[in-house]
Amino acid sequence: MRRLLSLLLAAVIVASPALGQSQDDGFLAAIGELREASFQDKERIVERLSESGHASARPVLAAWLDDRLYVRPRDQKIFIVKSTDDSLASFDLVDPVSLKDAGSGTRDDLTKIGTNNHLRRQLKIAVARFDLSSSDTNVRLAAVQQMLRALDEPSIALLRKRIGLETDAAVKAEIETGLALVALDDSDPKVRLDGIAVLAHRLRPDVRNRLASLLEKSADGSFTEGDAGVRKAAAAAVRTIDRRRALYSGVETLFFGLSLGSVLVLIAIGLAITFGVMGVINMAHGELMMLGAYTVYVVQLAMPNHIGASVLVAIPTAFLVAGVAGVVLERTIIRFLYGRPLETLLATFGVSLVLQQLVRSIFSANNRAVETPAWMSGTLQLNEALAITFNRLYIVIFTMIVFAVVLIVLKHTRLGLDIRAVSQNRAMARAMGVRSEWVDAMTFGLGSGIAGVAGVALSQLTNVGPNLGQSYIIDSFMVVVFGGVGNLWGTLIGGMSMGIVNKLLEPYAGAVLGKIFVLVALILFIQRRPRGLFPQVGRAAEAQ
Amino acid sequence: MRVAQRLRTSLREDPGGAAFLALLAGAALVVVVLNRVVSGSSPLHLSTYALTLIGKYLCYATLALAVDLIWGYCGILSLGHAAFFALGGYAMGMYLMRQIGPRGVYGHPVLPDFMVFLNWQKLPWFWLGFNHFWFALVMMALVPAAVAFVFGWLAFRARVTGVYLSIMTQALSYALMLAFFRNDMGFGGNNGFTDFKDILGFDLHEDSTRVVLLVATAAALAATYLACRAIVGSRAGRVIRAIRDAESRTRFLGYRVDSYKLWVFVFSAVVAGVAGALYVPQVGIINPSEFAPINSIEVVIWVAVGGRGTLFGAAAGAVLVNYAKTFFTGALPEVWLYALGALFVLVTLFLPRGLMGLISRLRHARGGDDAVFLTISTPQSRVGVSVGSKAR
Repeated sequence: MRRLLSLLLAAVIVASPALGQSQDDGFLAAIGELREASFQDKERIVERLSESGHASARPVLAAWLDDRLYVRPRDQKIFIVKSTDDSLASFDLVDPVSLKDAGSGTRDDLTKIGTNNHLRRQLKIAVARFDLSSSDTNVRLAAVQQMLRALDEPSIALLRKRIGLETDAAVKAEIETGLALVALDDSDPKVRLDGIAVLAHRLRPDVRNRLASLLEKSADGSFTEGDAGVRKAAAAAVRTIDRRRALYSGVETLFFGLSLGSVLVLIAIGLAITFGVMGVINMAHGELMMLGAYTVYVVQLAMPNHIGASVLVAIPTAFLVAGVAGVVLERTIIRFLYGRPLETLLATFGVSLVLQQLVRSIFSANNRAVETPAWMSGTLQLNEALAITFNRLYIVIFTMIVFAVVLIVLKHTRLGLDIRAVSQNRAMARAMGVRSEWVDAMTFGLGSGIAGVAGVALSQLTNVGPNLGQSYIIDSFMVVVFGGVGNLWGTLIGGMSMGIVNKLLEPYAGAVLGKIFVLVALILFIQRRPRGLFPQVGRAAEAQ
Repeated sequence: MRVAQRLRTSLREDPGGAAFLALLAGAALVVVVLNRVVSGSSPLHLSTYALTLIGKYLCYATLALAVDLIWGYCGILSLGHAAFFALGGYAMGMYLMRQIGPRGVYGHPVLPDFMVFLNWQKLPWFWLGFNHFWFALVMMALVPAAVAFVFGWLAFRARVTGVYLSIMTQALSYALMLAFFRNDMGFGGNNGFTDFKDILGFDLHEDSTRVVLLVATAAALAATYLACRAIVGSRAGRVIRAIRDAESRTRFLGYRVDSYKLWVFVFSAVVAGVAGALYVPQVGIINPSEFAPINSIEVVIWVAVGGRGTLFGAAAGAVLVNYAKTFFTGALPEVWLYALGALFVLVTLFLPRGLMGLISRLRHARGGDDAVFLTISTPQSRVGVSVGSKAR
């Protein structure tokens, strides 16, 4: 009744600025009494503060709980201290009513307002009560999690009360989990069974372990859990949880595989064009990716205040930089070597050495720091057993976009038509008026540009240094050869399946051995199907 | 006697090769004399460091012969020969590690230092036997041969050719590199083998041992040259060249193309393994970076610079490029990669037949006798299959 009244009072007070003044006074008076209060008085003051409805009540109580509430004996004023870190020479003070900065004071000037265990429990509940009624779901969730870490009678009571009012599903589930865990300790087997029924739907490892502990035997051979029915239910619940966790970890592995596969596809798409469509063994492909990665670095140097946008700016820039490099490479070297793939291998390998040394001369041999934009970090928590990091998710999406764009360019644009015409029958295409030389340059430029775009993605995943390209070149060739030369869909499926197989092997074999297995499997696969997963058929293939 | 007789006739038909062997023998002799007979104070004295360096070049030249045989004559561009080289080197390294015996840092009577460091209790089975020199000798040929045989048997039967084969050999050596980097493999992981003490009881740090090793390397190079020459001069050699120039036609004529390719490949791998085995005691270290794909590609450029399909050209290319590498990395380290890169580009663009091709062209221009070179390498010999757009 008294609380209701004070709430009503608080509502009136907030509505009126004049009364707000008097509310501040009352709040200040309550705090002021802390100076000489006994522990019993303090408990009453905690209650008064919690019921005051004042905006500063929670900060004051939380500070008190953290031992950050001090009195200055000189003028008998009470302050919140921002941090009591021992390394600080002086304390930054905050006014407890207005929560504004109030200068600083030395350690000697201030006396801590003490607490004891009982008072701390009361403070904890008081703060939790504030948080539980917060309008912010995250605050409520954090409060529940905080309370579950050390449950005692008053917290349980508070949670029981809260569960009826809670509207958010996640917070409600969290409270239910906590109460169900409490129920496992109940003396009534029926309550314990109810608790297990709730927990069987959870995925958290601590819940699973708690349920599994019901099945253990103590030292004298008797079960810790006396009731056979409860044990049976717990065993079933553990099985359910294990099965679902296995499923989700399978989904997670699959996703890791997809994201690794996306990287492989991304680094291979450019090569699928230069190698697959043009028949050029471009060993400088890795270095074109390296150029793309360094482009991100330079763009970030140019716009240090807009890191978030820098990556988006870098994508077209890297396409241009690597694409122009590719066109130059094609015009000066590769066009003299068409039809001699092994010699393009040697010449472009020379180019790759020159490019590596070039970035060493310009940017030094050390790795350069490329920043990750804030929107790319963080995780997407799908449920208690499955979290997906944003950068992996973005790489999958990005690869799909790049793949779709390349497909559209090749299938639905004039340039794509020319590219396909020249690659199928050069002489006939020329006879029909296609400028085959120009198409060659553009095709190589397109493939190289895509390599540059892949470099932008790599800059977010790995070190940006002169050796970046070398570490990916073999992988990208493997993807193209595995998928079937001259077939973009083959590259997609080849890369994705390589990524997934790699991640499936990793838990059993380790990262390096898994990779070795994949390489050996590929070598064997190529013996069985020398033209890859999706070989070209018809006359074009015969001509090879 | 008949061997000597045949040797004499074959060298008479191959004046370039005779000159090469004479040059090799002369160089080995001069180097030994300058190191052993001329006193240390004389400006003509050759330091043991330089002697070892020359020994290293000769190992590379042997490796280049192996690659030239398979690439220049059979048209198979192998990007895995550094792996065979390293496998031979590891076989020798294992023998040398066993020779250290209890003189290691940890003083264990049997286990090499790195195994003691990794808490291994006993020698893994694949190390057994490596305390015998003869066993290591067999292994340095047998292991590369076995790897090449299995790989080649699978690949050639499935008619994996040209670019695909190159990429597969590269993947093979990359996989081997990753494997040898693992500590669990029992080959010393990252660090590989080093700190060798002696070979056959002779101290590896002694100048005299080094001289013997150099002479042995020169002898191996000469023997390899003669063996390769014998192969390419034989009827089989003609088939091999026919495979290079027109694989399908050779097959249709009834030759077992796959077997020819397989045996040349295996022989070439053995040569590479022997070169690696001679290399390790001279440089005193072997580690997984020897498997790196870039090493294999570098060998190919030595051959391309010298002139593929000319054997002694390949050997000369190996020595020249490596001398340039030593010079540049010492004097102008930042220029080396530019120079090597430019070399790749320029040689493929302007000297498709390498320095030997250039020499023959110059001689031809002066109206000299060009017969030797023309029979060895024809300008039409484009290597490998084309998957190029122009071919479609």
